[in-house]
Amino acid sequence: MKRKWIAMLLAVAVAAGTLTGCGSSSSDGASAGEGKVINIYVWNNEFRERVEAIYPEVEKTSDDGTVTTLKDGTEIHWIVNPNQDGVYQQKLDEALLKQADAPADEKVDIFLSETDYVNKYTDAEADVAMPLTDLGIDPATDLADQYDFTKTTASDVNGVQRGSTWQCCPGLLVYRRDIAKDVFGTDDPEVIAEKTKDWATLKATAEELKAKGYYTFASYADTFRLYGNNIAESWVASGETSVKVDPMVTNWINDSKEWLDAGYLNKTVKGQWNDDWNKAMGSQSKVFAFLFPAWGIDFTLKPNWDGEAGAWAVTTPPQEYNWGGSYVHACTGTDNPEHVKDIILAMTANKDNLLKISKEYADFTNTKSGMQQAASDENFSSDFLGGQNPFSYFAPVAENIKIAPLSSYDQGCVELIQNAFSDYYQGKVDYDKAKVNFETAIKERYPDVTEVVWP
Amino acid sequence: MKKKNKSIDYSKWGYIFILPFFVSFFIFSLIPLVDTIRYSFFEYYRSGIKEIGPNFIGMTNYGELLKSDMLKYGGNTLILWIIGFIPQILVALLLAVWFTDIRMKIHAKQFFKVVIYLPNLIMASAFAMLFFTMFSTNGPVNSIILSMGITKDAIDFMGTVGGTRSLVGLMNFLMWFGNTTIMLMAAIMGISVDIFEASDLDGCTGIQRFFYITLPQIRPILAYTLITSVIGGLQMFDVPQILTNGQGSPDRTSMTLIMFLNNHLKSRNYGMAGALSVYLFIVSGILCFIVYKMTIDDDPDGSKAAAKRKAKEERRRR
Amino acid sequence: MKQEKPAHLRNVIAHIVLIILSFMCLFFFYILIINATRSHADLQKGFSALPGNAFLKNLKSIANDGTFPMFRGILNSLIVSASSAAICTYFSSLTAYGLYVYDFKMKKAAFTFIMAILVMPTQVTAMGFLRLITKMGMYDSLLPLIIPSIASPAVFYFMYSYLKSSLPISLVEAARIDGSGEFRTFNQIVLPIMKPAIAVQAIFSFVGSWNNYFVPALVIQSKDKMTVPILIATLRGADFMNFDMGKIYMMITVAIVPIIIVYLLLSKYIIAGVTLGGVKE
Repeated sequence: MKRKWIAMLLAVAVAAGTLTGCGSSSSDGASAGEGKVINIYVWNNEFRERVEAIYPEVEKTSDDGTVTTLKDGTEIHWIVNPNQDGVYQQKLDEALLKQADAPADEKVDIFLSETDYVNKYTDAEADVAMPLTDLGIDPATDLADQYDFTKTTASDVNGVQRGSTWQCCPGLLVYRRDIAKDVFGTDDPEVIAEKTKDWATLKATAEELKAKGYYTFASYADTFRLYGNNIAESWVASGETSVKVDPMVTNWINDSKEWLDAGYLNKTVKGQWNDDWNKAMGSQSKVFAFLFPAWGIDFTLKPNWDGEAGAWAVTTPPQEYNWGGSYVHACTGTDNPEHVKDIILAMTANKDNLLKISKEYADFTNTKSGMQQAASDENFSSDFLGGQNPFSYFAPVAENIKIAPLSSYDQGCVELIQNAFSDYYQGKVDYDKAKVNFETAIKERYPDVTEVVWP
Repeated sequence: MKKKNKSIDYSKWGYIFILPFFVSFFIFSLIPLVDTIRYSFFEYYRSGIKEIGPNFIGMTNYGELLKSDMLKYGGNTLILWIIGFIPQILVALLLAVWFTDIRMKIHAKQFFKVVIYLPNLIMASAFAMLFFTMFSTNGPVNSIILSMGITKDAIDFMGTVGGTRSLVGLMNFLMWFGNTTIMLMAAIMGISVDIFEASDLDGCTGIQRFFYITLPQIRPILAYTLITSVIGGLQMFDVPQILTNGQGSPDRTSMTLIMFLNNHLKSRNYGMAGALSVYLFIVSGILCFIVYKMTIDDDPDGSKAAAKRKAKEERRRR
Repeated sequence: MKQEKPAHLRNVIAHIVLIILSFMCLFFFYILIINATRSHADLQKGFSALPGNAFLKNLKSIANDGTFPMFRGILNSLIVSASSAAICTYFSSLTAYGLYVYDFKMKKAAFTFIMAILVMPTQVTAMGFLRLITKMGMYDSLLPLIIPSIASPAVFYFMYSYLKSSLPISLVEAARIDGSGEFRTFNQIVLPIMKPAIAVQAIFSFVGSWNNYFVPALVIQSKDKMTVPILIATLRGADFMNFDMGKIYMMITVAIVPIIIVYLLLSKYIIAGVTLGGVKE
């Protein structure tokens, strides 16, 4: 009772203060019994920017970007910790462990997770991400227009969906038009698609590129997702403690070594997300193509390209793949369930909102019908890609994605296998030593892992 | 040696003066240490967001660690430390002697003194980040080398064992030689001017003076430098961690003990991290004991007098 | 004449060595500052020895970033470093004095004990330290970064060595005869004598705590309490690292400039302080 009283008082204060009279009756009803602060754990500004852009309840965000005020006076506090080195998860885990004892305004209400570790948080036993049905969201009807694999990804072993995403990350092959013209005499995506349609053809294409002094891709890590996304079994089966390396992964190891030795990849670029890799996206670079989903083009390639817009184009990759995707979870114990429900629905299940995100941020969003629409809509063409409409390429890839079976060990496995074999690619260690190094590293990362099974 | 006034008992003041130190130590170091040691006998870690343990497992963690590459990482740590420390102490000694030698006319002495300490001001993490970008294969250092035509291809500094280790050594050297120089300068300046003047009168050369007067006189500070450097070396973390992205690459040859510990702390493996901490504690104790024995006189209260006597003897002999 | 020549040669060598070393030291600062003035697109084009024109843009972009409150971080770091330098040097001198001047039963044991813990790496107790701090309710506060520096064995050892070489016991006895209390003797007679040692150790511990990353990373949780090294480290993982290196360089620059200014202002006194140590006796 007391809380309700305070809430009303605050609503009055807000209405008086802003003189807008916007403390509408609907939000009055929603804020009754709701906390005044919504804490959202994120690793960058991506989600905040999208909330600001499309969530209709947003009033304003403070200049430093840490607090967003909603129209009913509720404040969203953004708690940003970087993803790298596991800092984000560390801080989130600490907060989750304290969730039960935390005062209402310090409780985590929403947190985000990435495909690489979504499984850790959707775990049924841990029960930190609320089942959507508990919030009053029915996945079967409310989220009917979402791509199915995103729903599977956010579900626990029992098939209970515990998160939802606004984006869907089918990947494409992004290439430099000028290099294509130089080597193949054309930059037509249809023609290039023929040259990159499968691994065998792509290899022949790589030889052509090499003859002219170009690299096909920048780093051995660039191709990893294409293989890693098509593994047959998860890295660690549920309830087991042994890591199974899928034959797909050993294929990646062998192919990468072959490609690197053949000179199709730039030997000086070791892995991704480093300065060398970023430089490979610049105009001075000799790299023909990158494998990116929509966010990669907008978020990584574009800022690193220092030439004119319109120099790049997209085409189909040699293999369908999905890379990334940020999931929005309602945290168990939230004191703002109504707001959380509203935000999740507005951000991940409202077709108009999602199309707006696609338009403004070039995200490939989680709406099947919307993306079909965008694929044939001139308005969705991109200046950066020289007027090409990437959605017409993304949409068919998205339809065909079968998400690889996940486990909560994925992030470490993906990261450490790339690191361990980096030395092998550089010729510093032999194949067996690299295997041993991977085993050592994975056991360090996950103390419960007892053995590694190679195919 | 005991010249104290026995008529009044001042001993309680001794206790009072050292009390804050010990209270603070017991609270903030000893209790945590005991806690750490206790957990080293437990299986206690996090799997995902679930806590496993603590279950008592005796010495298992210790055994596991012996079977792991711990010794190799110890070796790496030692090598990385030596690469940085040898040039550091030699250069620092040289500079300290030069700076304090009144017969040498060094221009802009003040400027040099200020400059050599500068790298110590940057935090190791930022420094390592800077090095990482500068020595990357497409970084500034390579573009300078290429434009000067020294080599035809870019040098992959961080791709080789020697390259990575040298970079770590170079960074440690740059960060610490100024610090050591200032420390040694303070020590040399603490030596009585009379001794130097007397040695001058006796026609002592610079080199003689260095070996027979300066070096013995600054022995306690040298010991101090060595000990702090050993501790620092054992704790080496930020620089190789950031330079190799936590991998100690290539082939874990730059993985230090603390990086290894950090891996366990990161995976919240409290039991294993505890056991490793205990090993580290023992190793550091042994190391320090050796250094202490090596550098300190048997006569801890009269070292200065002894050194003075020695210097006098040297002079007489000549 | 004979003496002149090698001395002259030695001078030349000394200058060459010093110039090389100074070049190495300054080169990195130079690159850092140059890069901080260039935009990401410029940096993409490769290294240049000339500054760019994005200085203000980079500066603005970090000033307006609430995720990385750099100026708040600098303030926190100043508070932590200054307080720990002060209490660390004071209490270490106090302990050193206590063990050097007084004779008591536990003296030898206490000394040996401190020497034994001298080598204990901080990381060893990190786990237990965190648990303890949490229990004491000091998690996510600046206090655990300051108070433990009362017990700094290495600084103690330095002070002890210094006292041994510079403080004649007779001076203390003389003070006693003059009727000076023990604390007064320490504060008014001994501390001034120890000034050079304190100056050196104060700057060392200031820098040490300014650059300390391990402990703050464990203890500090909220953004407004973060110190500079944590901010720099989180920066490394920041997304914009991949598309705004200019901002990264600017942040590092902003983070180290204050300490460099403090150092440049104080360096005269510090080095003078060291020199002061030479003329005593």
